[in-house]
Amino acid sequence: MADVATQPAQGTETSTRPGFIQRLFLHNITAKVAALPMIATVLVIFVGCTAWTIYYSFTSSRLLPRNDFVGFDQYVRLFGTNRWNISITNLLMYGSMSLVLTLTLGFLLAVLMDQKIRFESAFRTIMLYPFALSFIVTGLVWQWIMNPTLGLQGTMRNLGWTGFTFDWISNPRMVLFALLIAGLWQGVGFCMVLMLAGLRGVDEEIWKAAKVDGIPTWRTYISIVLPMMRGVLITSVVIIGSGIVRLYDLVVALTNGGPGISSEVPAKYVYDYMFGGGNIGQGLAASTMMLLSVMIIMIPWAYLEFGGKGRR
Amino acid sequence: MSQTATMSGAPDAVTSSGPGPRGPKPKPFFTPKKIMIYTTLVFFSLYFLFPLYVMLVTSFKTMPEIRFGNIFAWPNQFNFDAWVRAWTSACTGLTCNGLSPGFWNSVKITIPSTIVSIFIAAVNGYALVNWRFKGSEIFFSILIFGSFIPYQVMLYPLVMITRELGIFGTLPGIIVIHTIFGMPILTLLFRNYFASLPQELFKAARVDGAGFWRIFFEIMLPMSLPIFVVALILQVTGIWNDFLFGVVFAGTQNLPMTVQLNNIVNSAQGTPEYNVNMAATVLTGLVPLIIYFVSGKLFVRGVAAGAVKG
Amino acid sequence: MQPSVSIKDLSLNFGSVKVLENLNLDIAQGEFIVLLGPSGCGKSTLLNCIAGLLDVSDGQIFINGKNVTWEEPKDRGIGMVFQSYALYPQMSVEKNLSFGLRVAGMPRAEIEQRVKRAAEILQIEPLLQRKPANLSGGQRQRVAIGRALVRDVDVFLFDEPLSNLDAKLRSDLRVEIKRLHQRLKNTMIYVTHDQIEALTLADRIAIMKNGVIQQLADPHTIYNKPVNLYVAGFIGSPSMNFISGMLDGEIFTADDGTRIPVGAYEFGAARAGAAKAVLGVRPEHIFIGEAAEGMPFKADAEIEIVEPMGSETLAWTKVAGIPVTFRCSSDIPLAAGDKVVVGFDIARGSLFDVESENRL
Repeated sequence: MADVATQPAQGTETSTRPGFIQRLFLHNITAKVAALPMIATVLVIFVGCTAWTIYYSFTSSRLLPRNDFVGFDQYVRLFGTNRWNISITNLLMYGSMSLVLTLTLGFLLAVLMDQKIRFESAFRTIMLYPFALSFIVTGLVWQWIMNPTLGLQGTMRNLGWTGFTFDWISNPRMVLFALLIAGLWQGVGFCMVLMLAGLRGVDEEIWKAAKVDGIPTWRTYISIVLPMMRGVLITSVVIIGSGIVRLYDLVVALTNGGPGISSEVPAKYVYDYMFGGGNIGQGLAASTMMLLSVMIIMIPWAYLEFGGKGRR
Repeated sequence: MSQTATMSGAPDAVTSSGPGPRGPKPKPFFTPKKIMIYTTLVFFSLYFLFPLYVMLVTSFKTMPEIRFGNIFAWPNQFNFDAWVRAWTSACTGLTCNGLSPGFWNSVKITIPSTIVSIFIAAVNGYALVNWRFKGSEIFFSILIFGSFIPYQVMLYPLVMITRELGIFGTLPGIIVIHTIFGMPILTLLFRNYFASLPQELFKAARVDGAGFWRIFFEIMLPMSLPIFVVALILQVTGIWNDFLFGVVFAGTQNLPMTVQLNNIVNSAQGTPEYNVNMAATVLTGLVPLIIYFVSGKLFVRGVAAGAVKG
Repeated sequence: MQPSVSIKDLSLNFGSVKVLENLNLDIAQGEFIVLLGPSGCGKSTLLNCIAGLLDVSDGQIFINGKNVTWEEPKDRGIGMVFQSYALYPQMSVEKNLSFGLRVAGMPRAEIEQRVKRAAEILQIEPLLQRKPANLSGGQRQRVAIGRALVRDVDVFLFDEPLSNLDAKLRSDLRVEIKRLHQRLKNTMIYVTHDQIEALTLADRIAIMKNGVIQQLADPHTIYNKPVNLYVAGFIGSPSMNFISGMLDGEIFTADDGTRIPVGAYEFGAARAGAAKAVLGVRPEHIFIGEAAEGMPFKADAEIEIVEPMGSETLAWTKVAGIPVTFRCSSDIPLAAGDKVVVGFDIARGSLFDVESENRL
């Protein structure tokens, strides 16, 4: 709402109006001071640090930041590193599977929950509690479950199913699926809650009209309700997507990048090189690449959400 | 009490019943549709509950029992040894004092961080809605946009800044970090909430002569209890569960429980003590889980609020 | 002739609350019947039961002689129009109209033909490719009606279809619905809380209160011979004037002592003895000046408030000590303080027993 502080009256001449600097510092001063933390955060941290990182990724910094410009050297080296390339491939594969599966399972479970069932609270509590846990907790418990000798595989074999295999966590080709199981366990409940809220927002009279028209329930969900849920779907994609790029804690807890480097992810690469490997430049280049990938998702979304409004 | 409608010049209503069914339609309890729905839900519930069961059950077993190789098995006895060791003597790297230092560290980090971050965000939201100034909306937009930037991008310069300010590796340092990164979503939360309050209240207070802080403390805060609870849940859960900031900024004296936990399990020497590991895991997850079970619908609201960005 | 819709002993309970109680109603073929009443009286509930969207607690529903009590809505031979139009938002008008038919597996040629016919009747042909968001309220409602039209059914159900529209649009669409009924001659069951819609559209009106039909009759009868105090007060704007007093034989004595002869009144049954009663007269049946001279009852009165409405004038005065409104032509100059003679003919009025509230 418009601020109610001192405003010059309509008929005042321009010469008696406070100057720009005066207005900047005296007008509505309390609010500006109160919002200083926010302003500082935005300018110094979000804008400033990001700019710093991008700038210094073009230098040859190693143990300490060095202010020399070396062009794209760091990036060339980055993409020549096996570990980085595997990190990216892993993230892409994990990301796409996680996104698709989380959305699908979340929607499916939400539809089931929408059917006026009994014990709805209980089911929701059960499905959502993993979301309250830390990624470390999630990773460690699934690490234990997937322990080849004493976990699920070992148990099933001891119980008689000698052919049962569940050693994905120690199999370089399957370790991403192990990660996926743990990740879905944590995230699907959240997606379900979002979707259910979206489903419940559908006007009851649309359901009545569909019933009178003789449209079966499943068809109503797919042809009528789902297209109406664009907003919730987009929100979910953005949130799940931004979470995926940040994937770090879960990997550290579940596999620590292993076996070997088969479950490395970019976030881990950044951390290891910046603080462990004594190569700041590489870490900065890697994190700039992470930023770029997020921007690629964010900018079209921001345009759709906010840019498109002018057209209406 | 039967009631017949009075009519004129219309066919008489026949009050006797006609042929065919009457009354409510019989609904069999077990329809194929219902069976499918409940089976699927129960199946997924098992998927979700299974790790919790395993965590608890393993923590009460002795190592010989575990080596027997059946994670489904109920413990022979409820043995609390693993719990005691996890709390007091497990090795988190060089020291072997168990998780309890980590627990108290997490408490020391979470409480002040929550209070500070929520207070600042509430003031931000209040200023954005009721005391807008030139550029305030732009700052807010950048704040929100910035919340999508992966933390890793800002990590190194942040380390440098906190070192310069002398707060790197200290408690105040990590509190500042949590405040910074909690700001976007909390500010959004409060901004949306204050925007939904009737403007007349604020205008009336201004006409009465009250200023920025007075209105905030005497009018806005008392009306905001529900949203404070949601923000509280969001922050306590998020900060308690944090790992990255804890490991970078808290300093070896203040490492939170999540970091200690990871050390206990993943950097252990010798044979792993799975029961201790699981007990430690449960202990670490206990605080957010309790909050979750106690807050119920409010937790869901907090989650949904966090999701409704922009 | 067999009734189009027949409701027998219908009851509906939500838990322990009796929403509809032993309702009986027969609707003739091609009849336009309006269920009228305030919020919560059960009219929408009754409509939803007829549609099959709500399960009944007891009783039966017949449509065209077939017992549909346990049938799904799509098998009842009904089409329904909703208050919020309930158009499928992501589909074009044409797809909205044809979706149900496509799901039913109807051949494409027939679907096209039905859509074309409905669009032509409702004059929405130019809108066929538009989405609901790009239609005005009136257009959306016509598409909603069209969706029911393509189903080629005998019975149309309307659930307060005009309530979401502004006044001007409401009166326009009201006329269109009446024209539609004259053209199609289908049975139409219409729910509303607006008495103007009820009076103008209905062949018969069922006024409901608390799940019970108070009176089921054509608009003229309901207006002129309301069956109880509730109906009398509900219909008519401005509402009927009520004077309480004692009725003894052919004289009605108002509470303030004024005696009103009621010999000309059409009593429903012979009465004996004196009893408390309420006398009701509509504003347009009270006359002043010359017209009042010929009335069986007249009295002197002073005008208290004058409300010029443009087409006529509403005036407030006191008769028998009770504030009373009456209507008169706007050509007659009236001002507060004028002393006039007012009169009315009790044959046009109503008498109600105080205890039962029924018409005498």
